[in-house]
Amino acid sequence: MAATNEQGLLQIATIIEQHQSLPGAMLPILHAIQDDLSFIPSNALPLIAKALNVSKAEVHGVISFYHHFRSEKPGTHVIEVCRGESCQAMGSRALEQNIKQRLAIDYHQTSKDRQYTLEPVYCLGNCACSPAMRIGDDIHGELDQQKFEQILESLNTYSLELK
Amino acid sequence: MNHSPSADSSMPLAARKIYVSLDTTARSKGSDNIATQVDKILSSQPDLAATLVRNGSRGMFWLEPLLEINTAKGRVAYGPVTPKDVSDIINQQCFDDVVEHPLCLGFTEELPWFKSQQRLTFARVGIIDPIDVDDYISHGGFVGLTNALAKTPQQLVDEVKDSGLRGRGGAAFPTGIKWQTVLDEPEQQKYIVCNADEGDSGTFADRMLMEGDPLVLVEGMIIAGLSVGANQGYIYLRSEYPQAQHILNQAIKNAKAAGYLGENICGSEHSFHLEVRLGAGAYICGEETSLLESLEGKRGLVRAKPPLPAIEGLFGQPTVVNNVISLASVPYILSHGGASYRDFGMGRSRGTLPIQLAGNIAQGGLVELAFGITLNELLQQYGNGCKSKRAMRSVQVGGPLGAYLPAEQWHTALDYEEFASIGAVLGHGGIVAFDDTVDMAAQARFAMEFCEVESCGKCTPCRIGSVRGVEVIDKIISTDNDEQQRQDSVNLLHDLCDTMEFGSLCAMGGMTPFPVRSALKYFPDDFLPQPSTEKAQ
Ligand SMILES: Cc1cc2nc3c(=O)[nH]c(=O)nc-3n(C[C@H](O)[C@H](O)[C@H](O)COP(=O)(O)O)c2cc1C
Ligand code: SF4
Ligand code: FES
Repeated sequence: MAATNEQGLLQIATIIEQHQSLPGAMLPILHAIQDDLSFIPSNALPLIAKALNVSKAEVHGVISFYHHFRSEKPGTHVIEVCRGESCQAMGSRALEQNIKQRLAIDYHQTSKDRQYTLEPVYCLGNCACSPAMRIGDDIHGELDQQKFEQILESLNTYSLELK
Repeated sequence: MNHSPSADSSMPLAARKIYVSLDTTARSKGSDNIATQVDKILSSQPDLAATLVRNGSRGMFWLEPLLEINTAKGRVAYGPVTPKDVSDIINQQCFDDVVEHPLCLGFTEELPWFKSQQRLTFARVGIIDPIDVDDYISHGGFVGLTNALAKTPQQLVDEVKDSGLRGRGGAAFPTGIKWQTVLDEPEQQKYIVCNADEGDSGTFADRMLMEGDPLVLVEGMIIAGLSVGANQGYIYLRSEYPQAQHILNQAIKNAKAAGYLGENICGSEHSFHLEVRLGAGAYICGEETSLLESLEGKRGLVRAKPPLPAIEGLFGQPTVVNNVISLASVPYILSHGGASYRDFGMGRSRGTLPIQLAGNIAQGGLVELAFGITLNELLQQYGNGCKSKRAMRSVQVGGPLGAYLPAEQWHTALDYEEFASIGAVLGHGGIVAFDDTVDMAAQARFAMEFCEVESCGKCTPCRIGSVRGVEVIDKIISTDNDEQQRQDSVNLLHDLCDTMEFGSLCAMGGMTPFPVRSALKYFPDDFLPQPSTEKAQ
């Protein structure tokens, strides 16, 4: 698990303070931390545990239970490819293989240049226009290899040129 | 709503509106770019005097991005539109009537696909501005709540019982009976929890409703609160739905500002507070007790029942847990009467079901109809066959835990009991079509793999059984084994399915055998060892 610096810890302390009085504050706190820092740093755990009056192990247990939460800093772009049945019916099995090859990473991995992290997702509710993927808050549909390339290009023309 | 030609067809300038959807799927097809283009044109040509409205989607996703223009005779649809078409469509004449244009589809509500539906719960989706309280009210919104405020809790629960509404989240439990249990608990802190986890692949009705008419869900939850004596609601929304989150939060804010949420709603002595909480990518958190654990801030481990959530639910308090569509159907029931809702449907499946057509389907989208329509009618008349133009071979109904059905079963009517009688489930109403290139052994294998990934881990048959399931299916299809070994593996798979079905605490492990066994039963040839290249023939 990766840690964060002083600045990050300050942000975390603020988030905890803002949310800790909510009933069932754990998930709202974890979401807010990940939204701000892109992951949940290891040194956030004691702070959360203390604020919510639970053990550090319990916080860790919650983080590891949910696919969405991550303990390592991801690449600049997190690409979530849908593995659901509707997308399978429209060719996502071949597409995901192509994407893995194209980015030279498997699921749960980050590319060497730290541009991309690849994650599986099980349905984005875009099943009338499968196959689908999510990057940030954008959902893309009716994907094929060509459209995937275009999206990659639009994401980060500059860094692709450097390669 | 009125599409009959009126005598005087001139349109007051103030009423000129152009609609472009903000629905996730419409956006995935580029509706934001269309909206930007419309904005540009409207600001550079002020004499058009029209405004842009971002609405939900009508659910005809093969026509998105859809652009609609309201004329004196009704809304006229254009689609699918590209940004460069926009300037060609919008001019002074387009507000008068249907015009000659290659993309003009005619009056939206006259399109057969749309016109033949029975939209009760989705009555306003794709029509109103989702977060505009006044627009909601002018289309019949909050009538149910107004009626509800004049009734006793028992009268409200009776009305819902009378409607015959059964939960749309999958288990089809009668909503009124669930509410009665919560109402019967002594006065104390009670909760209304909306299950907006919509984890089933092939489903998006909850999402479309939350993005297209979130206030009907808010209204349904307030009525639920009045019915059982709860003053706090939570919407547990899956984190995969960022747009729904955004729209729900705005709608809640606006409803609060208009006096429909908070203390003394509509000037009454009742209060209702509502908050959206995000899930974190765990399918099992759609199961109601796992969901409650998650809301409490814990790992989403399924709880043993009893106690029922209705008696000991969120934070140990009596709790109503209902699906989005169940709750969003309640305002109709209170505004039109339970009997009016019950008049739709067949057998013990009353009312309407928002059906989602997905996968390899030419016309994918949302069809709300009374129970009773057959799968065939849906797949052909509404879906228009496979998108790939190939033969349709298999459909999975009811999400990843639903059975795969071959063509000979497509005469089955959409009805909870009819589906149960063929060993299938309707679930949340998602239908995923596959063409003849599908490898059903791979689909069965995936069902086991999915269970392995998403199991909460509490019971062995589910946690370990799914891992074994993947291995056994691999053995069945392996070319390294002789026929006897293969047959042994098939028998083993059946045993394993039995163990999962009868030994699991919840439907995750308990129903994973549905897709596996149906694939094996109806498509046995796919499980024969064969070079994979020949599968398509
Ligand atoms: C594995 C599993 C996943 C479920 N996922 C959902 C879901 O995503 N949405 C939902 O409304 N119900 C889901 N359910 C059903 C809920 O447990 C519960 O029955 C439902 O929320 C009750 O609401 P209803 O009566 O309005 O349908 C799931 C059940 C199981 C066993
Ligand atoms: S069947 Fe699976 S998901 Fe359900 S309680 Fe058991 S281990 Fe958890
Ligand atoms: S299955 Fe991929 S978006 Fe629903």
